[in-house]
Amino acid sequence: MRYGREPEVLKDISFELPRGSFHFLTGPSGSGKSTLLKLIYLSEQASRGRIEIFGQDIALLKRKDRPLMRRRIGVVFQEFRLLDHLSVFDNAALGPRIAGRRPADYRSDIADLLAWVGLGDRMHAMPPALSGGEKQRLAIARAVINRPDILLADEPTGNVDEAMAVRILRLFLELNRVGATVLIASHDTDLVARSGMPSLTLDAGRLARAPRFDPVGEA
Amino acid sequence: MSLAFDPQRWWPAPLLPKGDGRDWTLLFVVAALSFLASLAAVAGLAGQRATLGWRTELTGSATVVVRPSGTDTPDEAAARAEEVVAGVPGVAQALPLDAAKTQALLAPWIGPGGLPPDLPTPRLVAVQLDPTAPASGAAIRQALKAAGIDADVDDHSRWAAQIMRAGLAVEIAGAALFVLIVAVLGAVIAFATREGLAARREVVEALHLAGATDGFVARLFQARFARAAAQAGLAGGALAVLVAVFIKLAGTGDEQLTALLPIAWTDLAAPAPFPLLGALVAAVTARLTAMSVLAGRP
Ligand SMILES: Nc1ncnc2c1ncn2[C@@H]1O[C@H](COP(=O)(O)OP(=O)(O)OP(=O)(O)O)[C@@H](O)[C@H]1O
Ligand SMILES: [Mg+2]
Repeated sequence: MRYGREPEVLKDISFELPRGSFHFLTGPSGSGKSTLLKLIYLSEQASRGRIEIFGQDIALLKRKDRPLMRRRIGVVFQEFRLLDHLSVFDNAALGPRIAGRRPADYRSDIADLLAWVGLGDRMHAMPPALSGGEKQRLAIARAVINRPDILLADEPTGNVDEAMAVRILRLFLELNRVGATVLIASHDTDLVARSGMPSLTLDAGRLARAPRFDPVGEA
Repeated sequence: MSLAFDPQRWWPAPLLPKGDGRDWTLLFVVAALSFLASLAAVAGLAGQRATLGWRTELTGSATVVVRPSGTDTPDEAAARAEEVVAGVPGVAQALPLDAAKTQALLAPWIGPGGLPPDLPTPRLVAVQLDPTAPASGAAIRQALKAAGIDADVDDHSRWAAQIMRAGLAVEIAGAALFVLIVAVLGAVIAFATREGLAARREVVEALHLAGATDGFVARLFQARFARAAAQAGLAGGALAVLVAVFIKLAGTGDEQLTALLPIAWTDLAAPAPFPLLGALVAAVTARLTAMSVLAGRP
């Protein structure tokens, strides 16, 4: 994978995440963690190599079929990507709304989830008025509200205190327990260690360490 | 300071930020287009009524020019012609103009002195036709010829045909103007949609990443521009109707203006469907534009 005419950012990466697994993605800053996640959530296209999601080669995926696949993938972006003109509640409601669900069917879920991530009394606020940690928690709520089959999170605990980090980790573990495949890019070695979950480690665009090797998902 | 927020009463907010600054320019242009279209429609209807009026006036009458021949005096010839013409089916009334009237009509050409009374001057017979089944010029000519009267019949058909041609030309011009206005509206909306998609790139990308289809995104712009076009169209149309009312009221008592542009109160309803039509054009254009722009994005 390369951006434009830059040198390749990711090379010779091969791995497979079994359905329902939980992995961390670690590695130094600039090693390509975010890039790898972008490939999976269909934001960037691999310049060479092959990626399969749900057993489907995404290079062969038609444009009109991408939305349905994306709805099954929840993403916590490193830079949050909240919509500044929408309230906390409306931001969290984005997924169900796009999926065409009726507001009456999901508004209590959103209220519960926002309360759970500690935004219960900020539901009416606008993102620019949120602290870094609050934005992060909103981004997480938005990513998980639709119970995605795959959850990707890019530094989801970078802006919160340790107690909240643990709380968030518990949420991810809970989602994983009910079936989601989870991949979390993180610098937080404590958290990784505490979770006891395996990690993939990137170093300068190469996969330095992987728990299991299966030449399926080359990027 | 926290406002009471009740999630059970929450309803989704618009996904596109409201009131982008550019919208005012767009609203102005659409209102102006609607104003022009509405005024043109009212003027077109009034113009149509005017030509129709002139045409019935012209086709409802004919003029017979009688040349005295043989032993007849001009008056006798005119009287005989009157009788013959009055007997033609489809003629309501025939009225010979007497010597004085004919002289008056001829005055511009021969001067106020008049003609010597013994000169065999032609006489005119004004003919009113039956409006439901008017006699043709040919039928009158035929009847006069059969009676041995030397006369010309002018049924004004040349003028009527010219007025009809002029009326048709105005109608074609009106239709062209209408097509042009619709095309300009489409172009403006297409431009605004492109601008909107570019200005809201981040929002659109966020929606896409959350699984929105191109159709979903296009619908947002569609709805926005349809509404803007309807509102601006209503404003422009209302202004045009006000102007038309003003013209109508200003024209009462002025025969020339009312003859030229006889605006009827019902004409003022003509622009009523324009805001809706504008909204439809805007929606279709915005959708087509958005779909084609989005299809080109990665
Ligand atoms: N849009 C882009 N265009 C060009 N180069 C990019 C782009 N995004 C990332 N890169 C480059 O790709 C490399 C990997 O970036 P990436 O964001 O994937 O790293 P990362 O592992 O997520 O780092 P961090 O831990 O700091 O978030 C970096 O050298 C970065 O400069
Ligand atoms: Mg990163």
